Amino acid sequence: MKNPGKKLGQLGQYLLLTGLAVLCVFPFWWTLVTAISTEGNIFAFPPTFWPQAPSLDNFIEVFRSIPMWLFYRNSLIITISTVFWKLLVCALAAYPLARMKFTGSKLVFGLIIATMVLPSEVNFLTNFITLTKLGLVNTYTGVILPNVVNAVSILLLKQAFEEVPQDLIDAARVDGATEWIIFWKIVLPLIMPWLATVGILSAVEAWNEYIWPSIVLSKPESFPLSAGVLYLRGAFGSSTRVVAAGTILTIVPILIAFLFTQRFFMRGMDGAVK
Amino acid sequence: MAQVKLSNIVKHYDDGTQVIHGIDLDIRDGEFVVFVGPSGCGKSTLLRMIAGLESITGGELTIGGQLANDIPPAKRGLAMVFQSYALYPHMSVYENMAFGLKLSGMKAAEVDSAVQQAAGILQITHLLKRKPKDLSGGQRQRVAIGRAIVRKPEVFLFDEPLSNLDASLRVQMRLELSRLHQELGSTMIYVTHDQVEAMTLGERIVVFNGGYIEQVGTPLELYDRPANLFVAGFLGSPKMNFIPAKVESVYEEQVVLQLSDGALMQVNARSDSLQPGEQVTLGVRAEHSTLTSAADLEPNQVRVKVALVEYLGDSCIAYVKIDGMPEMISVKLPTENVMLKSGDAGSLYLPANRCHLFDSAGKNLSP
Repeated sequence: MKNPGKKLGQLGQYLLLTGLAVLCVFPFWWTLVTAISTEGNIFAFPPTFWPQAPSLDNFIEVFRSIPMWLFYRNSLIITISTVFWKLLVCALAAYPLARMKFTGSKLVFGLIIATMVLPSEVNFLTNFITLTKLGLVNTYTGVILPNVVNAVSILLLKQAFEEVPQDLIDAARVDGATEWIIFWKIVLPLIMPWLATVGILSAVEAWNEYIWPSIVLSKPESFPLSAGVLYLRGAFGSSTRVVAAGTILTIVPILIAFLFTQRFFMRGMDGAVK
Repeated sequence: MAQVKLSNIVKHYDDGTQVIHGIDLDIRDGEFVVFVGPSGCGKSTLLRMIAGLESITGGELTIGGQLANDIPPAKRGLAMVFQSYALYPHMSVYENMAFGLKLSGMKAAEVDSAVQQAAGILQITHLLKRKPKDLSGGQRQRVAIGRAIVRKPEVFLFDEPLSNLDASLRVQMRLELSRLHQELGSTMIYVTHDQVEAMTLGERIVVFNGGYIEQVGTPLELYDRPANLFVAGFLGSPKMNFIPAKVESVYEEQVVLQLSDGALMQVNARSDSLQPGEQVTLGVRAEHSTLTSAADLEPNQVRVKVALVEYLGDSCIAYVKIDGMPEMISVKLPTENVMLKSGDAGSLYLPANRCHLFDSAGKNLSP
């Protein structure tokens, strides 16, 4: 006979987890309901949890009002480029910290980790001045460049490189591999789950980033989705349903990509928590 | 020519710890030499120094007559088989074996020919398309050996390659390695902590302890004439029996010892450095002593009591105790006509010419 106290405890756990899940999902669900509905009071309290007179009209209106396909293209360019360069640069930074002995390696790693305590907003002014000097304001390069290096990514990849058995690297050395070949052909393929994790996290971050692209880019035709979708508020001051539809259209692609790549993310995190 | 010569090889780590102390060793072309010793004795470190995976702090390493201290691993004419096999998990067996050859710039047709030939020797041709995760332990070990063979090295280095295999597979792979050595005729340096592997594989054995060489010799030399207590206790199963004794009297090439129960033993030994009253150790192997039920003691016999008996099938090991000595002594006996049980009394005969005498420093004084 099961212990009733244990059952009660389990029930409590489920209730707590359900409550937390509702808290996380509710803003998205409310936005989706608002976007799909064509009737009802948006700001009624308690809010309605089910669409009223559902329709895709608001979504169609978004595509009519602003150049969504252009914004999608811009977001894709920025996101894919950021992910590619971030993986390359952070992997190249993490490998020597993990597998090579050199004077000052602990100091260098400490300094990299120390940057984690700084909020990204602290760097905006310095980075903008640097971009101005380099002539990179109003360019995709200017949006991407400050984001290709990230302490968290370097830390995760360093841990991944440390997991690779030394015997494999020794065997490659005896086979005649240079350090570059060991990195590129032996070690990097072995940390694919970790690269996938860093890639997915970077993609989500780059896709959703709003402030920095808004600072660097001034031409609307180069805006990513996160900045471009705010034109909906300007064009239709009080069409909250259309703004909600625009928000859903911004979130859905990255959500689908995350769901499809989730298994790589979890595999990478398995190693992270070992 | 694949002679390997180590001259006063020394290894320090950055924190000043010295792990290899002035090793001198000549390994002949085509010889199968085994480095054996307990964990942490420096045998693997020395092997890695020969391979070029660890730096040499002092001394000279020559391979094929050429000074090799600063030559990169791939250019030393060596191939290495690791304890963990070290197969590249994301590559097929074929790609694992071809990797080093492709890096050396060999043409595709030549690479293919070399891989197929090595795979044929090791009977792994049917595994070439598989990934390492789809192979058994023994198959992985063959692939690791195959990856070494394809490079046609002058010297093979083996770092405890069989320690991850089960007992029966280990025996099988030992035979394979012996056959391989006969077929290829290459110089092989084999590291193991298993004294059975050392005795069965090596043409010569190098016994290491704490970064020093204790003794170098053929398996039978080390077994029959161990240089000191360490070598005597390390080789042989069961381990050599060590009986504390006191020098009673000293003659030319012979010493009389008194055991803990007062029994006297005559041992053949170099006696010039011994004095009466000195504490020494009497060593005798389990198969060299005889256990009888005789009530009267003959010369070189001591009364014992049986503590326990282990039956191995073809033989049995009786563990007996001498009065006043806490450790048990093992005696190997044929199974036939042995009806021993715990508590039985008997007498143990230790032949003078089969005993070893170790002085207080552990050095073997036997002639």
